[in-house]
Amino acid sequence: MTLNFRSATLAAFVALSALGVAGGLGGCASSTPLDEPTVESRTPVPPGGAGGTGSASAAGTAQSGVSTVDLTKPGNAADAAAMANRVIYFDYDSYVVKDEFRPVLEFNAKALAASRSKRMVLEGHTDERGGSEYNLALGQKRAEAVLKSLVLLGVLESQLEAVSFGKERPVTAGGDEADWAKNRRVELKAK
Amino acid sequence: MAGCAAPVAAQFRVEIAGIGGTQIPIMIATFRDQDKSPAAVADIVRADLTRSGLFRIVDVAGSFDERSRITFAEWRGRGADALAVGSVSRLADGRFDVRFKLWDLVKGEELIGQSNAAQPADMRLAAHRIADVIYAQLTGDKGVFSTRIAFVTRVGTRHSLHVTDADGEGGQIALASPDPIISPAWSPNGKELAYVSFESQKAVVWVQDVSTGQRRMLADFRGTNSAPAWSPDGQSLALALSRDSGTQLYVIARTGGTPRRLTNGSAIDTEPAFSPDGRDIYFVSDRGGGPQIYRTPAAGGAVERVTFTGAYNISPTISPDGKLLAYIARQGSGHRLTLMELPAGTPTTLSDTDDDASPSFAPNGRLLVYASRSQGRGVLMTTTLDGKIKSRLLSTGADMREPAWGPFGR
Repeated sequence: MTLNFRSATLAAFVALSALGVAGGLGGCASSTPLDEPTVESRTPVPPGGAGGTGSASAAGTAQSGVSTVDLTKPGNAADAAAMANRVIYFDYDSYVVKDEFRPVLEFNAKALAASRSKRMVLEGHTDERGGSEYNLALGQKRAEAVLKSLVLLGVLESQLEAVSFGKERPVTAGGDEADWAKNRRVELKAK
Repeated sequence: MAGCAAPVAAQFRVEIAGIGGTQIPIMIATFRDQDKSPAAVADIVRADLTRSGLFRIVDVAGSFDERSRITFAEWRGRGADALAVGSVSRLADGRFDVRFKLWDLVKGEELIGQSNAAQPADMRLAAHRIADVIYAQLTGDKGVFSTRIAFVTRVGTRHSLHVTDADGEGGQIALASPDPIISPAWSPNGKELAYVSFESQKAVVWVQDVSTGQRRMLADFRGTNSAPAWSPDGQSLALALSRDSGTQLYVIARTGGTPRRLTNGSAIDTEPAFSPDGRDIYFVSDRGGGPQIYRTPAAGGAVERVTFTGAYNISPTISPDGKLLAYIARQGSGHRLTLMELPAGTPTTLSDTDDDASPSFAPNGRLLVYASRSQGRGVLMTTTLDGKIKSRLLSTGADMREPAWGPFGR
């Protein structure tokens, strides 16, 4: 969904800006007059507060804090992929590729149209609710919807394969709507 | 004998919820020298009979074996209708001779006496077979205790396809993979398992010989290959394939080859299940909006809708006599094991849990195994068809899912 797509990006942005803030504090700490009232500086918190797995959380206020971005964790890999125009998110029980993901489609269609030898796998995923086989079919339907959209943008069908993991490979294991929204996706992977 | 009972008893705890109607009270004496063998024979027999829902175990005081003299006048007052006694002794070739006798305490007669030699690795099987004999003698029905169950566990990123005894014990791993495995399906002769593995980063259907481990790709077409279901004669399998876009049903020979398309539409058609006579295929389709269960002739033909109650009905499985359909129905936000008489009965909910999945009938049609969740973990449950007696198959703490009850024989 929109929110989660953005909050994933935002979380990464927050992580970066937190590092910047920490560095700045380190340089000017001694010049702060001690008699002045303390001004609380706050790092923006992503909506919903989830922040994702890559968020800086309280690290921004500690000077020794290092925020690890661990791409081996599936959640973070997907966040990184989202930034690289490689993930399209879906509403519950829906296969509609929403307008907001048109840039993602265009970005990938352009690359594929420019080089006909390029191949891409479209990997459909669902949230954890419901049966494994029915979810596999739902994920397949999402992947095929993305395939059709790319073909309409000039990609050859032979450059694409739509597959599904159903609910078997969630990016986040949690059981609330924010987690489910992150898991309802199609990942576009170079083959 | 002293000192052997405690650890063994803990291992065979059967968790029972609910009380059945008519239960046969039975005493199973601890087999003489069972503690000198690899299996606690009497404990296994007691747990098996308890799980069936048809027996109530009555404690036996004292030590007895198949040679003990049974004075009926004495035994009748102890609250049981039947008594099983036996022994285990090691043979010169390393096998164990397992003997037992079953007494009818009401009629005051011996019902059956048996002696069987078993390899040490087959001692659990020997115990399950005794439970099967007792079950058959006292209920007139075939027991399923010596059958097997396949299921999948997930620990971290390790996925394993297990084959265990019907009580969830004696487990062995048929396939271990870093990628998901779903939908195991037993061949009718119990020798092969078909399943879906994601090891090549997409869903591919494999068939594996259980005893040798030899495996072959059955369906690796473009897109997703899934939901294998054996025909009752074991010669072909129904599958859900997306090779021609959209998930649709196909039938393929057990040796592979070109699949024959069974359904033609733009909706999802998946989860095929053959009727026991092989004539019909039940399946799930969202052609009417949400997922419902439908039926079509295996040879192709008209499609009929089967479920009408509720907006989400999936995972059909047909009882061995062809008279009952078990499936998973969404109720509110929960998914529950549901049973209905065919062709058009009223659905009965068999569970009160919210995360049920993957029902599978025991080959005698008296029990169902299904996946559920308990305290955040995937567990496997068995239930009687009236939903009154449920037991949880013991686990080692792994997430368990995707159970499939194997046929008679192995």
